[in-house]
Amino acid sequence: MTPAIELIGIDKRFGAVHANKDVTLTIAQGSIHGIIGENGAGKSTLMSILFGFYHADKGEIKIKGQPVKIHSSADAISHGIGMVHQHFMLVDPFTVLENVVLGAEGGRLIGPALAKARDELTRLAHDYELDVDPDALVGELPVGLQQRVEILKALFKGAETLILDEPTGVLTPDEADHLFRILGQLRDQGKTVILITHKLREIMAITDRVSVMRRGELVATKETKETSVEELAELMVGRSVLLRVKKGPAKPGNVVLDVKNLTWKDRKGTPRVDDVSFTVRSGEIVGIAGVSGNGQSELLELISGISRPTSGQIIFEGKDIGILGDPRHVREEGLAHVPEDRQHRGLISSFDASESGILGWHYDESLGRGFRLDRQAVIARSKKEMQEFDVRPADPLLKSAKFSGGNQQKIILAREIERDPDLLIVGQPTRGVDIGAIEFIHKRLIALRDQGKAILLVSVELDEVRSLSDRILVMFAGRIMGERGPEADERELGLLMAGVSKDAA
Amino acid sequence: MAGGRGELPTWVDVALIPLLNLTVALLVAGLVVIIIGENPFEALGIMLNGALGSIKGWSYMLYYATNFVFTGLAVAVAFHAGLFNIGCEGQAYIAGLGAALVGLGLEFLPWPIVIPLAILASAIFGAFWAWVPGYLQAKRGSHIVITTIMFNFIAASLMIYLINNYLRPVTRMAVESREITGAYILSFREIAMQFFGLRLPSTPLNLTVFLAALAAWAVWYLLWRTELGYEIRAVGANPAAAIYAGIKTDRIIMITMAISGGLAGLMAVNEVLGVQHRLLLEFVGGAGFVGIAVALMGRSHPLGIVLSAMLFGLLYQGGTELSFAKPLISRDMIVVIQGLVILFMGALEYAFRPALARIFVHVED
Repeated sequence: MTPAIELIGIDKRFGAVHANKDVTLTIAQGSIHGIIGENGAGKSTLMSILFGFYHADKGEIKIKGQPVKIHSSADAISHGIGMVHQHFMLVDPFTVLENVVLGAEGGRLIGPALAKARDELTRLAHDYELDVDPDALVGELPVGLQQRVEILKALFKGAETLILDEPTGVLTPDEADHLFRILGQLRDQGKTVILITHKLREIMAITDRVSVMRRGELVATKETKETSVEELAELMVGRSVLLRVKKGPAKPGNVVLDVKNLTWKDRKGTPRVDDVSFTVRSGEIVGIAGVSGNGQSELLELISGISRPTSGQIIFEGKDIGILGDPRHVREEGLAHVPEDRQHRGLISSFDASESGILGWHYDESLGRGFRLDRQAVIARSKKEMQEFDVRPADPLLKSAKFSGGNQQKIILAREIERDPDLLIVGQPTRGVDIGAIEFIHKRLIALRDQGKAILLVSVELDEVRSLSDRILVMFAGRIMGERGPEADERELGLLMAGVSKDAA
Repeated sequence: MAGGRGELPTWVDVALIPLLNLTVALLVAGLVVIIIGENPFEALGIMLNGALGSIKGWSYMLYYATNFVFTGLAVAVAFHAGLFNIGCEGQAYIAGLGAALVGLGLEFLPWPIVIPLAILASAIFGAFWAWVPGYLQAKRGSHIVITTIMFNFIAASLMIYLINNYLRPVTRMAVESREITGAYILSFREIAMQFFGLRLPSTPLNLTVFLAALAAWAVWYLLWRTELGYEIRAVGANPAAAIYAGIKTDRIIMITMAISGGLAGLMAVNEVLGVQHRLLLEFVGGAGFVGIAVALMGRSHPLGIVLSAMLFGLLYQGGTELSFAKPLISRDMIVVIQGLVILFMGALEYAFRPALARIFVHVED
């Protein structure tokens, strides 16, 4: 049988990032094919190429054996490909029916299309257990049903192949089970499903075959029956050479940070940080591992005062800083924060390096008395920090955006470390940073630890967490799944990250 | 940076692009002149000569520019915080009330006391009129563009009511206040007469022009040499980073709007205290809106604003002369040019950018 989709030698770069490296993937007709990998492994890029959002630099796409060119999502849809995005593309004030018809109105008058869609929806509901009230307003539906509308939308447009990007991220276990039943029915009726996820259990539960991506490469494709969670975890995390930093044993001292039953709920009332408790002592690095989106970002924002806890306490040197909910006060208590997202929070791209280098400390008296900001002092400080942290080019007047990722990170790290904090919280210290800078940054963090400072590290790079941390906490779905030592087995950590816990069971 | 978007050299950004936009605006305006049936080159000649050919022309140009510097700075300060203050018209109008109330009410005091108080009152009234929309955006989420536009209308109605019912002397037909006799700002003509015995042509140019220059410097100092300025720019450039830094964005939005409104308010000093010596109906006359074009053209930098305010002063003065010389071309032609500049600077800013980016990225390679 001709495969539903063939991707041959797909290659895609975004500037310095090689998102897809010569990826070749065959997806059989009438199967559920899982694609797993860590965040940034290139899964979404690959699917975006298939769906026409991006254009591959190299490579070929064949659908049912025919080479095709896909320049837009409209092309993809006309070739029978439908996509259900992680973040739904629905118009909230429209009814289900109107949403389904969107993009397939088929004329100036909407009436005939709506009538046709109503019939079609009834049929689809019957065939695939896809029941939704066609006249309900989409904005008022629960997430699980909204997702069904997305699937209906794709099927209505004649999708033969359905791509689902992290579909269960927003679903309750019950909703997820229902979704899997629907996907099973779709397959039984001859449709092809591509499921992008980082949850190993889902892969094992419903896929026929699974492909593993790591750092832009497709490392393996397995028959699901013939593989195991352990094998997939290993493939996903990778056995690549560890960038091990030399470090002596930790000499943990007093408890600096004591997080107690910390909970934070988002606007919809979903707990994103769920009853989290842990401590960080002086002179140790505590690493938090986990697939991104499992509450680590929220945890960092809570501790740094950007958001306020729903309940629980954050005791820093004997004081509850959670109730402050103010980054400035938290910082003045002696906490420094290297944020996860450099571009988004860490610096201001349109400011020059010297100005980004004082963010959060701009009111300090050493940078000008009273309301004044002494430009010379700011530049002098920046110059000194740039030399100290080997920022290249060492030009305080260059715009922050013009530095490479690694150098931007050094600017931020310099700013935070130079303040001599008692606790440094670091998010993704080496994301998008070149190897040389990674080593430098790691050495700095270890040196800080050896000075007796407390460090809380959050990273989605398991290697990084393992090589730097003295203790490892694994987060999944907002909860701490368990604590392990740095010598913990990769596979075991991988399982914890995927939400499989022997402790919990 | 990964190519694509194309960072342009600074001089292209601050000089070449505004110049290109202005040129295109003038070219299109020239086409309009041709359609009317006049010679565009002759028209341009009359305009330039009208504004730059005499002391009178220069004086008028600088008088207009004084107004535009204030409103241009007002728009620019708000821009730096990522806010689009379209309400300078109303803020300046309400500020006129402040100037007039102090000027008329405290006439019994000596002028060295009254004038600073009147200037302060202008700024405070303007600031208040902008602070309210700022508060509504920061605390209530109402969009500043909508609220400032609405506040222009509220200001207009309020002022008609107040001037007509409370400030207009009963004997007067025109909707305006009584004359401020004790404390007003001297014009250059009076200064030349009184202190140097020189005769200057009668123009509205007065000492407020120095206040405008001072305001431009003060805005530069505020934005690039103070903590508050740093916070304003941080909030405008990257609110998420500002929050990370512990900057209270709500507070900054309200403070910035108040500063912006205060600057717009100073425009009333020029008109009410410097020129008219009374509160007139609709004395702002569109200067608040010109401020948007001035700020866009001046790239929100005080120096650029001073230069572009002078350019608009030139267009206004030249345009007036032109409408005298060529009855076919009305003074509204200037409004057309002004509209075109806003169109090309604001809406179509990206019309030239990609092409220029290609040229310059290519050259740099």
